[in-house]
Amino acid sequence: MSPTPLVEISGLSKWYDDFSALHDIHLTVAEGEKVVICGPSGSGKSTLIRCINQLEEHQQGTIRVAGQEVRPGMKGIEAIRREVGMVFQSFNLFPHMTILENLTLGPIRNRGMDRAAAHKLAMEYLDKVRIAEQADKYPPQLSGGQQQRVAIARALCMQPRIMLFDEPTSALDPEMIAGVLEVMEGLARDGMTMIVVTHEMGFARRVADRVVFMDEGEIVEVAPPEQFFNAPRSDRAKLFLGQLLNH
Amino acid sequence: MALFGLVVCAVVFVAWRVNSVLVYDWDWSRVLGFVVRFDAESGAWVSNLLLQGLFTTIRLAFWSTIFAAIIGLVMGYWRTCDTLALRIISRTYVELIRNIPPLVFIFIFYFFISSQLFPALGMDNIDRNSPWVDNAVFRIAFGEPALFTNFLSGLICLALFEAAYITEIVRAGIQSIDKGQWEAGRAIGLSRRNLLRDIIFPQAIRKILPPLAGQFITLIKDSAIISLISVQELTFLASEVAATTSRVFETWILVAAMYFALCYLFAFIFARLERRANRARR
Repeated sequence: MSPTPLVEISGLSKWYDDFSALHDIHLTVAEGEKVVICGPSGSGKSTLIRCINQLEEHQQGTIRVAGQEVRPGMKGIEAIRREVGMVFQSFNLFPHMTILENLTLGPIRNRGMDRAAAHKLAMEYLDKVRIAEQADKYPPQLSGGQQQRVAIARALCMQPRIMLFDEPTSALDPEMIAGVLEVMEGLARDGMTMIVVTHEMGFARRVADRVVFMDEGEIVEVAPPEQFFNAPRSDRAKLFLGQLLNH
Repeated sequence: MALFGLVVCAVVFVAWRVNSVLVYDWDWSRVLGFVVRFDAESGAWVSNLLLQGLFTTIRLAFWSTIFAAIIGLVMGYWRTCDTLALRIISRTYVELIRNIPPLVFIFIFYFFISSQLFPALGMDNIDRNSPWVDNAVFRIAFGEPALFTNFLSGLICLALFEAAYITEIVRAGIQSIDKGQWEAGRAIGLSRRNLLRDIIFPQAIRKILPPLAGQFITLIKDSAIISLISVQELTFLASEVAATTSRVFETWILVAAMYFALCYLFAFIFARLERRANRARR
């Protein structure tokens, strides 16, 4: 694993009016590293990863992606976003476009790729998420699990250096989850740098290099999965894991 | 269908009762003569005042719709912009027009446009005999060249008035698009322009079209107000015909039928288009 930090976050704070959403976050993610972020809802996990590609603006601290600082309202944010793929809880496919068009839009518009090359690239990734035969359908015609796999392929089509996953399986029926996790694990094996917000603790155990536990806008604990799940240090993590197990 | 027959029967019965009670001598011949008349000179049937008025109404509706759609689209987009100045401008526009009676608005605007703006722009001095103006295409599009400035001021009034409502339709359409669509577009690195063009507008347009069709029909009906600033459309000419012939009932019933036919025709066309669009999507 190369030691180059791909994402460097230091002293990051964000608040809405007088509600503090994130407080003094420090996190560095190296190239090829897989980080799983977990914690109770409302703990700021999603907000944190959404700051990385500036879907949310932060008020304090610095974020660097591949060495370049990301600032609120900055010009040229599109150039950074092309290096950062994102998968949402609710898929957010474009319903008025075919699956193939969903995938080729970014490469054509942002990377300036020609249609034929984008088409070829898109088919490769659709193949990878095992959904190539659906290329000409529209998103509402697919199941939730299929849509999420398309969303992953859409993000990959930008050929990003890092992938952010914002609770990618939370909106799925249980029988759909496995297929999506499989695709994500394949991606991890291929060496993609990933930051994953999820409640799938099995996935965290299998894939994560580090688990980041957040609560009330702060990072409470960072540990390798074995250590985090078997012997959490903080009381809040113990409470959280206890609730998951008793569930 | 049975219900429709029942309604027709009821209407005929009421009309018959009214007719037997009222002492009113129906005479349609003079009024119908104002729809088309026989021109002895050319030996052909030509359109008379009421039909000409209908054509002017159609022209008014056509051009006002185009202008109102453009203004409404821009203003509606501004309503959703991040830039405060644009939001203030569009919001002020909408609130101003929605909270003034259309009639008052039209009086104010008409006198401003036709007595101040047009002379300032030199519109009063258009050469009516120039080949640019005095030709068949111009007549079909805008009517009589002599009445052009009058037609134009009516048109602008109507367009500005209706555009305020279209603004709100467009705003609602854009805002009805899920936030996730914006985010997904931004996440794949689309610029704001591409995001709007490829993702937001195509989806918003589908939601906007049905209420827009309704607003278009409202516009046709609202165009009657323009008669008060002497634009020679259907309602204006109808009041002239009613005064000349003193066949008030016949004239207005006929005019109502013309408006009904026009609006119903468009409602029918829009309903067909909408159904086809829905089918195409599946």
